[in-house]
Amino acid sequence: MMDDSAHSQHSRESQQTLNFTLNGEAMTLEVAPNAVLLDVLREQLHLGGTKKGCDHGQCGACTVHVDGQAMNSCLRLAVMCEGQHVTTVEGLAHDGELHPVQQSFLECDAYQCGYCTSGQMMSASALLADGRIGRDDASVKEAMSGNICRCGAYKNILEAIQQARLAYDATAERGTAGRQEGAA
Amino acid sequence: MRTFAYSRADSVERAAHATTPTAAFVAGGTTLLDLVKLDVMQPSELVDINALPLKQVEWLDDGRLKVGALVTNTDLAHHPAVKQHYPLLSEALLAGASTQLRNMATTAGNVMQRTRCPYFRDPSAACNKRHPGSGCDARDGLNRMHAVLGGSEACIAVHPSDMCVAMAALGATLTLEGPDGEREVPFGEFHRLPGDTPHIEHDLADGELITAITLDAPLAPAGSHYLKLRDRASYEFALASCAAQVALDGDSIGTARLALGGVATKPWRCAEAEAALAGQPATLESFERAAEIALADAEPREHNAFKIPLARQAIVRALREAARLAGTTQEEQA
Ligand SMILES: Cc1cc2nc3c(=O)[nH]c(=O)nc-3n(C[C@H](O)[C@H](O)[C@H](O)COP(=O)(O)OP(=O)(O)OC[C@H]3O[C@@H](n4cnc5c(N)ncnc54)[C@H](O)[C@@H]3O)c2cc1C
Ligand code: FES
Ligand code: FES
Repeated sequence: MMDDSAHSQHSRESQQTLNFTLNGEAMTLEVAPNAVLLDVLREQLHLGGTKKGCDHGQCGACTVHVDGQAMNSCLRLAVMCEGQHVTTVEGLAHDGELHPVQQSFLECDAYQCGYCTSGQMMSASALLADGRIGRDDASVKEAMSGNICRCGAYKNILEAIQQARLAYDATAERGTAGRQEGAA
Repeated sequence: MRTFAYSRADSVERAAHATTPTAAFVAGGTTLLDLVKLDVMQPSELVDINALPLKQVEWLDDGRLKVGALVTNTDLAHHPAVKQHYPLLSEALLAGASTQLRNMATTAGNVMQRTRCPYFRDPSAACNKRHPGSGCDARDGLNRMHAVLGGSEACIAVHPSDMCVAMAALGATLTLEGPDGEREVPFGEFHRLPGDTPHIEHDLADGELITAITLDAPLAPAGSHYLKLRDRASYEFALASCAAQVALDGDSIGTARLALGGVATKPWRCAEAEAALAGQPATLESFERAAEIALADAEPREHNAFKIPLARQAIVRALREAARLAGTTQEEQA
């Protein structure tokens, strides 16, 4: 149906202007219509914290927040984020203070090679802010199943999330958690 | 990834009128971008429909629940009306994919998702669905994951949706908007059997947009259960799944609704098994008989015969749990 030149990485179609908020900062970018959010973050914006594992929604390494919800950035076009708030692992810490999830991942040793870790922490931080997800271990495991860890650090990841919950709830009560991530 | 033009639809009418045969709507993008990256889907143009006002869930006067095409799988699963009156749908949605994917995936996109058949996903393999007339590498290939119901010489690819299995059991109607205006299609008639034309998967014409899916009025008082059996406990497609809904009439079954996933080429309503259950005592024997009937026409290939007893077990277990819950509801109301 299409000739081979259609496979080129660079779009022959015109660039699109994308206005969105990244880690709390408003920005305007020119992106190709077929540019994937994950690739724009890593290659155009040089934010390497968000990882590419499978590129097909199967591993969760690319998880970011879009308007506060965890999503796979490998299956989202950058242009689809027009007007949205995107948070990556680089935006998780606030005012030099680690997010409770980052702190507890450190303390619980919730990683081995570390490749899945940013995705795990993005899912975990969205989970803590989502009242629809149960607080028990089984519910947390189920809600986290979209993040694969090839090293098998699952036990410590679960422990880290449940430990972060205590700190998160305390901050949420003080009204400083759930920062400017837009709707959700 | 191949290139394509991109535009945003700003009204349902314009979205349904302006598209060309090689254009595709993009909603959550979780099926579409996956398959464009693999070069299995080759749209020349993507029409982003996310700005359309199709995100409501609302009760209609006749007691049915209308779900907008763009309601996400997460929002639908957690919607109070769905949790209370259609728990079967909520369970099925939450058994599908992962938190991240459900946050992106939409109701209409889920209905339109493509098969996970590895030969369909591999452009170098023969696949009548992807490339009509090229043959089917699954028939005599690695077909452990393939369908035992509804297959043909041309195709045995499974319809992978969990949500659709619940909808097949609950009963629903799709609302479509096309160049010729609006029309409605019963859920059971939307997906096609592969037959000689496995590339024609559904009733949607070029340019037609799904705007809503309306669930039949809830069956009450009833119990229901969605059971999904798979290779790992979560974030995996079904080997066999069953959506069961039972309304009791005293100690016997008044109405039963039954559908299967993971074993068939489309979301598989088991009408004969349902009819056989009506009026029968809610016992293991009745459930086992229904399971026999539902799988009576199953045709296994080399590696997937195990799915037949697995699906029977899924039916028996789902019916047993649905009947137990129906009993509890009946007692509460007595
Ligand atoms: C790793 C992985 C695991 C998964 N596991 C499961 C699982 O266990 N169970 C399960 O059920 N599903 C599973 N899925 C599939 C997932 O549920 C679907 O990809 C999703 O529901 C598709 O919805 P979407 O909005 O993202 O669709 P899109 O990708 O946006 O669209 C899909 C198709 O529908 C068309 N379309 C979209 N909206 C409309 C509309 N309104 N009218 C007409 N056409 C439309 C598009 O043009 C496209 O052809 C999985 C997916 C992945 C990637
Ligand atoms: S890289 Fe996105 S899910 Fe694996
Ligand atoms: S720590 Fe290595 S993949 Fe998770």
